[in-house]
Amino acid sequence: MANEQNEAAVAPSDHAAALREKLQALSERIQAGFSQAPVSATIAWDELTIVVAPAQWIASLTFLRDIGFISFVDLTAVDWPAREQRFDLVVHLLDPHANLRVRIKTVTDESQPIETSSNIWPAANWFEREAYDMYGVLFSGHPDLRRMLTDYGFDGHPLRKDFPMTGYVEVRYDDAQKRVVYEPVKLPQEYRSFDFLSPWEAAQYDLPGDEKASKPG
Amino acid sequence: MSEQNLRNFSINFGPQHPAAHGVLRLVLELDGEVVERVDPHIGLLHRGTEKLMESRTYLQNVPYFDRLDYCSPMNQEHAFCLAIEKLLEVEVPRRAQLIRVLYCEIGRILSHLLNVTTQAMDVGALTPPVWGFEEREKLMVFYERASGARMHANYFRPGGVAKDLPDQLLEDIGAWCGSFLRVCDDLEELFIENRIFKQRNVDIAVVTLEDCWKWGFSGPVLRGSGGAWDLRRAQPYECYEEMEFDIPVGQHGDCYDRQVVRMEEMRQSTRIITQCVEKLLARGAEGPVLAPNHKITPPRRGAMKNSMESLIHHFKLFTEGFRVPAGEVYAAVEAPKGEFGVYLVADGTDKPYKCKIRAPGFVHLQAMDMLCRGHMLADVSAILGAQDIVFGEVDR
Repeated sequence: MANEQNEAAVAPSDHAAALREKLQALSERIQAGFSQAPVSATIAWDELTIVVAPAQWIASLTFLRDIGFISFVDLTAVDWPAREQRFDLVVHLLDPHANLRVRIKTVTDESQPIETSSNIWPAANWFEREAYDMYGVLFSGHPDLRRMLTDYGFDGHPLRKDFPMTGYVEVRYDDAQKRVVYEPVKLPQEYRSFDFLSPWEAAQYDLPGDEKASKPG
Repeated sequence: MSEQNLRNFSINFGPQHPAAHGVLRLVLELDGEVVERVDPHIGLLHRGTEKLMESRTYLQNVPYFDRLDYCSPMNQEHAFCLAIEKLLEVEVPRRAQLIRVLYCEIGRILSHLLNVTTQAMDVGALTPPVWGFEEREKLMVFYERASGARMHANYFRPGGVAKDLPDQLLEDIGAWCGSFLRVCDDLEELFIENRIFKQRNVDIAVVTLEDCWKWGFSGPVLRGSGGAWDLRRAQPYECYEEMEFDIPVGQHGDCYDRQVVRMEEMRQSTRIITQCVEKLLARGAEGPVLAPNHKITPPRRGAMKNSMESLIHHFKLFTEGFRVPAGEVYAAVEAPKGEFGVYLVADGTDKPYKCKIRAPGFVHLQAMDMLCRGHMLADVSAILGAQDIVFGEVDR
């Protein structure tokens, strides 16, 4: 039993070291292969993140597909409203033969479209529709950029940080009209967001009487 | 009627159709009985999980994951916990790892039992789901005995699992494994070798391995096409490395192979469960099931009765929650339906800044158009069933 536990304890760190080496090699290979150097390439938590300029987006993705990242895993956006270009567009790719993952990012805003990657991987189609639906990121050349998850005729982009969690409209079945009606959201009580972000450790200053504790004897 | 007057016929499949496995609206364009185009309309079960998560603490968010793929709740919790643990760099105690693997495999059987047997129902057999649900019921009792809930368990916690398992429960699970293999034999005899089941599934929706990768497929759909890819082996998490199990792979990439792969995966899951039970019951396997860091995991009840510090930790943990260092990670698990991933962006507070849920069903459903083209209308429900779609995770 003790032996087994030892093995289990050693193996993961070996894996992690080998993975880190592979990621480092991959990072160098990608940076050498791109026609224009990426904005950044970092390895954190054993994951490789590459940031490219929006103009290089399709060229970079095509290169990654050609070096073995044949499986499309995920595409999403992250909203940073304080930034001038508020959206991060994040794609996760998988190379099943080398057993490696990569994350590639670019930036955009509400009006600047990003070229679609659905021509490289057909799987990107719905993910881009979802990013458009949820964040309002535009994709040029997309075959079918309709809303994905929200209601027919929905207005707004719900995952943006300035969209309220409660939304703007609510629906109910109206018995008189015999149909579902839309109404502005009415809350019996205002949504209260408590700030619990107090420090774990107690106050940094000395409370009266604390000095006695540190006094010797 | 002249040539110009011919036009394709459009019908709505769903949103309330028993074979739609939930609320799916498929707009089908038919030429006679042949499907020309499929346009899935999803989002009828959209609950805004990702938006809600941004205003709740990490601990409060775990139960949302039960409600994604409600056929195998704990597998989703697992992905979220792994993402948080990656950011916090917490080591999960060995006993908790074993329990997690045990319950993930129970979840896999839960999901596959539902899918395989209802697939048989979709193509005309009524008995298999009744037999399958009997076993599911027993598994849900195991869920209940561990967590108190039959489905929405909230059992996995960042840093381990909520409670330890009693030995009696482990013995019962071990005893169940033996009887379940006989049920697998029965099910295989009942419909896997059945002529009608084969007629409805063999050579339906054939996908090549190359297409599978391009469309982002994973799980049994990918393995049905011959891709020997399983995250439990390729990128092992928890203690899957010490487990002995095989990865079944199909040859033809049709609906039939996907279901045969699922049947075999249930047997392999049973093997893993047996190993977990053995290891958990072995002498010296006792130990904590939560990481000892009480800034992340709650202290035990007993400690709270005697120690003020424990009480404070408990209170702080369930009001404020714990803080996660800023950063972004992607954690994926081999859920029963395929790769279930969580992309977590943390900003150093007690709530996730963004959490993207990568559901395998979403990817598999999007290929419906590619898969159904040229097939008959009756094949649509067989194809849909073999893709294993659950709307909780597709719509999020």
